Amino acid sequence: MRLERREGVSRRALVLAPLAAVGFTLAVSSLLVAWAGAPVGAAYLALLEGGFGSRFAITETLTRATPLILTGLAAAVAFRARLYNIGAEGQLYAGALAAVAVGGLHGGSGFDAPAWLLFPAMMAAAMAAGALLLLGPALLKSRLGVDEVVTTLLLNFVVLLAVSAALDGPMKDPTALGWPQSVAIQDALQLDKLIERSRVHSGLVAALGLAAALALLLRFTTLGFEIRAVGANARAAAFAGMPVARTMVVVALVSGALAGLAGAIEVAGRAGYVTLDMSPGYGMSGIVIAMLAMLNPLGVVAAAVFVAGMLVGADGMSRVVGVPTYIADVIVAVALIAMLVATLFTQYRLRWR
Amino acid sequence: MSDGPPPAPVLRLRGITKRFGSLTANDGISLELASGEVLALLGENGAGKSTLVSILFGHYVADEGTIEVHGRPLPPGQPKAALAAGIGMVHQHFTLADNLSVLDNVMLGTEPLLSPWSRRAAARARLADAAARFGLAVHADAPVGTLSMGERQRVEILKALVRGARILILDEPTAVLTPQESEALFATLAQMVRQGLAIIFISHKLDEVLRVAQRIAVLRAGRLVAVRPAAGADKAQLAEAMVGRRVAPAVKRAHARGPVVAELPGTPLVLHAGEIVAVAGVAGNGQQALAEALCGERVAPGGALRLAGAALPPAPREWVRAGVARIPEDRQHVGAVGDFTLVENLLLERYAEPRFARAGWQRRRAAREAAHALLERYDVRSGGGAATPARMLSGGNLQKLILGRALGLGAARLIVANQPTWGLDVGAVAFVHQQLLDAAAAGSAVLLISEDLDEVFALADRITVIHQGRLTPLAPTSEWTLAAIGLAMAGSGHRRDGAAHAA
Amino acid sequence: MSETLELLGSAAFWAAVLRIATPLILGTLGVLLCERAGVLNLGIEGIMVAGAFIGWLVVYQGGGLWSGVLAAAAAGAAFGALHALLTVGLALSQHVAGLGITLLATSLASYAYRVSFPKVASPPTIQPFQPMDWLPLPVLNTQTALTLLALLLVPAIGWLLYRTPLGLALRTVGENPAAAEAQGLSVAALRSGAVVAGSALMGVAGAFLTLSAFNAFFFTMVNGRGWVCVALVVFASWRPGKALAGALLFGFFDALQLRLQQAGGGVFGIELPYQLYLAVPYLMAIVALVLVARRAAYPQALMKPYRKGER
Repeated sequence: MRLERREGVSRRALVLAPLAAVGFTLAVSSLLVAWAGAPVGAAYLALLEGGFGSRFAITETLTRATPLILTGLAAAVAFRARLYNIGAEGQLYAGALAAVAVGGLHGGSGFDAPAWLLFPAMMAAAMAAGALLLLGPALLKSRLGVDEVVTTLLLNFVVLLAVSAALDGPMKDPTALGWPQSVAIQDALQLDKLIERSRVHSGLVAALGLAAALALLLRFTTLGFEIRAVGANARAAAFAGMPVARTMVVVALVSGALAGLAGAIEVAGRAGYVTLDMSPGYGMSGIVIAMLAMLNPLGVVAAAVFVAGMLVGADGMSRVVGVPTYIADVIVAVALIAMLVATLFTQYRLRWR
Repeated sequence: MSDGPPPAPVLRLRGITKRFGSLTANDGISLELASGEVLALLGENGAGKSTLVSILFGHYVADEGTIEVHGRPLPPGQPKAALAAGIGMVHQHFTLADNLSVLDNVMLGTEPLLSPWSRRAAARARLADAAARFGLAVHADAPVGTLSMGERQRVEILKALVRGARILILDEPTAVLTPQESEALFATLAQMVRQGLAIIFISHKLDEVLRVAQRIAVLRAGRLVAVRPAAGADKAQLAEAMVGRRVAPAVKRAHARGPVVAELPGTPLVLHAGEIVAVAGVAGNGQQALAEALCGERVAPGGALRLAGAALPPAPREWVRAGVARIPEDRQHVGAVGDFTLVENLLLERYAEPRFARAGWQRRRAAREAAHALLERYDVRSGGGAATPARMLSGGNLQKLILGRALGLGAARLIVANQPTWGLDVGAVAFVHQQLLDAAAAGSAVLLISEDLDEVFALADRITVIHQGRLTPLAPTSEWTLAAIGLAMAGSGHRRDGAAHAA
Repeated sequence: MSETLELLGSAAFWAAVLRIATPLILGTLGVLLCERAGVLNLGIEGIMVAGAFIGWLVVYQGGGLWSGVLAAAAAGAAFGALHALLTVGLALSQHVAGLGITLLATSLASYAYRVSFPKVASPPTIQPFQPMDWLPLPVLNTQTALTLLALLLVPAIGWLLYRTPLGLALRTVGENPAAAEAQGLSVAALRSGAVVAGSALMGVAGAFLTLSAFNAFFFTMVNGRGWVCVALVVFASWRPGKALAGALLFGFFDALQLRLQQAGGGVFGIELPYQLYLAVPYLMAIVALVLVARRAAYPQALMKPYRKGER
């Protein structure tokens, strides 16, 4: 049994692959649901309803999807250039912290500037924080050949500890009764609700806009051409005269900035302050989303909504049939592996001999 | 002359057929090999010679056909079975681990895997014995990565001999050897034949094959088209059987040599407009580093290449802009991005130029039009047109694409071509040669790096030889004899002074 | 200064060093086996979690301690088999497959734990390995049998790699798979075997945490140790002896950092937040990677998928 390369990329396979992956995932997860002693049919119904079955469910899903779109885009653009950014989690927190640093009340000693000035400054600070965090590993890779997977992974832990230290110290909210959370940002800087009586905020619009922008960038601009070339074959790109190192740096800055922005938008759109558990693995989920979307920015939106639906639905499922919410993490992990395998079959077919 | 029936063949292939997708690499090939015989497999690149022996050795499984060794059927698809049956193979691209020693490479796979310790002393003795018997000197503890190509080939051969191979396959063995080393190899082969080994010798070089073999099997487009005894064979007939059609060789028109276009400081390389200068040499003598210096990927020890007096910075983009056309050795992994379309590959060097981009946005229609024109002019044939991914192209068409990109989008003052016809069929070779000759006639300076002496002598006006990073002084082609070139390739016989470091 | 000397002289300190180093030794040896054969195994973090959980679960349900260790090894081997299927069988991206396995193993372990123990305030405990106080050697007699196992595995794996035919085959497969293929060996079998065996070791490394270092399973146990092991393998130039040295060095600085934290958190009179001390291990791992980056003698075929007979 072996794999034989296909002549071209099968269009049919491109559409079937994500569907097959999702189908396989749900089949495997049903085994886990059964193991927890819950009725599989009812459980999946609860999952669907919890994620998409009511106005509340849909708005919750969209709210959760907002940061996921951004971390998904961060992963997608980085992976396109073969820069494996696994540090989106840390970059998100760094961005959130930077946003609060700039826009926070700080007990009255925060920046005293009009909102139209402070808001962009806040967002810029968040993007800069995320970008700089990824720049280090990216430079280590291009200059010294240090594998960026391990460095970005390790940095996640470092960043979380730094955030914890900040929340204990300089950024602590004195009115929060000992609970580790940061000072809140000024009211005027918070994002408007997009849909009333829900948690959906205008950050969603920004996320969608960025997805469209990234799609255009990759397909129609010279920078996008460079990114795709460097990711497909860096050696040939270098020979042809493309600025490979510079492209890597640009990709790192963009990817880190997107993840940092995810953190800032979460702060500005939801709680208004930073806590240590504000991200239930958005960074890692972003990678899965990017793979599900086959690194396509527009696909990232769809995949993010799917994953968000799973996460929100799992909460509902847990309430209704008592299946632990960790099922959502299992579903996401199985989906990643299934998608990896499914994508293979868009390029290869199976031969018996 | 003995009476009685001739001895049974040691090897018998019957009806071997192998397809890769829509390509039939081998079509119903039947051959026999006798003990103590050298059978040559002659054919141009792409004829299916390597595929056939890969099937024999077990790397591929044939779609149809059987193989018998000493009368017993050979289980397909297992190198282990082939090795056990006494078949050994010297691959075209050596199957050696550079970071491990010679002894390690030879010992690998000769002991039971679950044995608790390796018997190195015994293996060392076996290696020394085989080396002595066949006259192949090696240092058992040297890391293979430090050896020359000729030495590495000896290790490949010893791997087979130590395992007691009685049938030895050699796939294009002289491609990496100097003329003198080739002679030594032929002597070794004669020694092997005297000891009763049977040999399959693959080559696309007619003269070699006539020297070495007793019988010649000609493959063309996957089919066995002729089997002749070497004694008294008609060269012209064999050549035509090999190629099957009249391919006009490239035509070289005499023309005057122009002013100096480029020079590489610290080396004898001074290139004039309208001339072809060839750097000949055996693989692994610094061609890679020299090519990188000449393509703008690195700065040579003596200083950057000077084009019309001005030194070029080590940025390939500047080189393209200055009119240097570069054809890399590895067309698949360096010359092209396999997943990109033909249009995108054609754009790879010049995508940022004003005609193809404005304010960061690509001008896709202009790119497509230019691409279509180039694909037409350079006769690039692909299954799906300009939108096909480049990895679908055959070697010849890919090289034409690269030529089109290098020569067809702007005037080239200097052309650097590194092994441009490696692995190509005769038709593609003639096309590439003609392009280079025409470019020279039109006033470009051409620098050709090639390990193929036939090509060097056919195209070059002046020749230098590279050995361990040093270049001999340039001399006109007419002044070089085969013997002299061979000696220079081996590092002796050229004037000591004047040979300068290029890498 | 004298306090430092006192610290270095205390057996308790070195006992802590060994205790911290043990899971790193086991994990690094596991990664080393995989990478020597040419496969990057980023599933280690998840496999350690799974090994920790399964080892503990088996003991909690009445099994012996060594049964727990074996079960953890088996769990590791199972995930290793999945990784081998994806990266060797299907030649998929080793980075992404490994991350997928980490996510899968971690989430499965967490899910299984929650299904088995739905409402517990504090994690249920077991009776872990006891120190080997029958040993006449100092420091070592405060360690458990798993540490001894880890220390013995170092020369054992060294012997395997450099003195046996199997070891030569493994190393060749990581340098040039075509060379192994041409000598009649199966690249797929060798690589898969190395990945499964290495992953089993990673499982045991996880089990050390629940069965020796601590006595219960909690979700954030592994806490990046797996990634540290991946960094340590590069630092160790893929040699078992250097891997031991690297793990001990790491344990030294980690134990030091713990002491400083406990001693009041002040250095040169400045109060440092405890988080900084906790960050030291991760920063050290990054520094280790950077230091050896230039000279890293990678197995030549590492991370390059091998498809037999592909044109």
